[in-house]
Amino acid sequence: MSLKILKSPPSVIGYAAVVGRREHEGPLSDDFDLHDMTEKFGTDTWEKAESEMQRLAMNLAMAKAKINGGDLDAIFAGDLMNQCVGSSYGAECFGRPFFGLYGACSTFAEGSILSSLLIGNGTFSKCGVIASSHFCTAERQFRYPLEYGGQRAPTAQRTATAAGAFVLAEKGEGPFVREVLPGTIVDMGITDINNMGAAMAPAAYDTLKKYFEETGKAPDDFDLILTGDLGKEGHAIVSDFMKSAGYNMNGVYNDCGLMLYNAQIQDMHAGGSGCGCSASVIAGHIMKRFEKGYIHDILYVATGALMSPASIQQGRSIPGIAHLVRICDSRSKE
Amino acid sequence: MKITKQTYKKYVKMRAPSSPLGKDMAWAFLTGGLICAFAEVLYHFYLYLKIEEDTVKILVPITLVFLASLATGIGIFDDLAKIAGAGTLVPITGFSNAVIAPPLDDKSEGLVMGVGAKMFTIAGPVIVYGTISSVIYGVIYWLVGVIT
Repeated sequence: MSLKILKSPPSVIGYAAVVGRREHEGPLSDDFDLHDMTEKFGTDTWEKAESEMQRLAMNLAMAKAKINGGDLDAIFAGDLMNQCVGSSYGAECFGRPFFGLYGACSTFAEGSILSSLLIGNGTFSKCGVIASSHFCTAERQFRYPLEYGGQRAPTAQRTATAAGAFVLAEKGEGPFVREVLPGTIVDMGITDINNMGAAMAPAAYDTLKKYFEETGKAPDDFDLILTGDLGKEGHAIVSDFMKSAGYNMNGVYNDCGLMLYNAQIQDMHAGGSGCGCSASVIAGHIMKRFEKGYIHDILYVATGALMSPASIQQGRSIPGIAHLVRICDSRSKE
Repeated sequence: MKITKQTYKKYVKMRAPSSPLGKDMAWAFLTGGLICAFAEVLYHFYLYLKIEEDTVKILVPITLVFLASLATGIGIFDDLAKIAGAGTLVPITGFSNAVIAPPLDDKSEGLVMGVGAKMFTIAGPVIVYGTISSVIYGVIYWLVGVIT
């Protein structure tokens, strides 16, 4: 069994999302806690700005949970920058045990899974989870300089300038992390960095299929199945594959990369990507919908494209991963 | 459902929307042509100022390089290039942008390793292979001269 059912499901007691300009101008604007139109967040470099976004998001999440930094047993954080420095500097000020993660765009789910498992088995009682990405730090690391005059492929996704944070605790009112399914690496040989949706889609399909096979559930049993961030291409591929496997996802399936921007108006090609994309959609938009009672039971399947600039230049294919987290507003409802 | 890597690659390629080639080429033709026409205007303007023709031939590219660098610096070149595509890339303006854009990002890493080293991350290969090609061309030119 790949699926892990948490016997004492941890509760999300605090959540927050901090975003940049384009994300603020997008359709989910009202659900984000903070934005900065300059995207510098009062700092002098993009890298510092990304760390500041992490710090702000974690602080806001802790304020909502009414706890202090000292109450956290550990922080799990990740970003896209070399050696994960965005998180090291971002979480430094909290002075708590720290785990730096790299799961590309799946980082937020990766952190949520690890903290849920450790809270679920009683090792920790409260954990912080943070993930961030910044268009200006990621773009120059993975693609071209910001001011370089190039054209983007229609299948390319835009790295979101965003950070999301969760505070998970053993006691709380919910929503709860009921089940988790850590993903395995799936590499279907895609080498095109401008089509990461297609590189990650087989991993999302693999994880979703495993989940439905192991639980016997159907997509209809959920209010929402949310992949993060396959974008337009990946979303269509997953829908297509799931249909062939006998699972109809119509009406319940969406993708964080498609939700963050209005792709047509904002000229975002295939949609958003980056650790901050699904982190901000979940910790902003989705948690607010739980709070208002619009949704009760969802599957969050965060996908990551695990390449590096060197692996791409060497022509190697892009390994994909998808981690599944089931978030539910009750501890016991089936 | 089992699918091989080869089949998947084909499937992905088949379904991925391709770039709007017709539109891109039309814009490239128009903007690239405009840049060259502007260079022609510059050429005649410098001649009108009674500057020697040999100097004018150097002055025109210098002016274009300067204007493209300025546009890059104030952050409008990439917005233009998004529409123009090859129209701004192929003329000397594209080369100017490729040299100026990286250090704008990397200036936070200092004047030596940031600005100095990163200035040639995109333009470097063009300079290297451009120089090598010119040497090969020179040798051929010399050989043709010797034979005839």
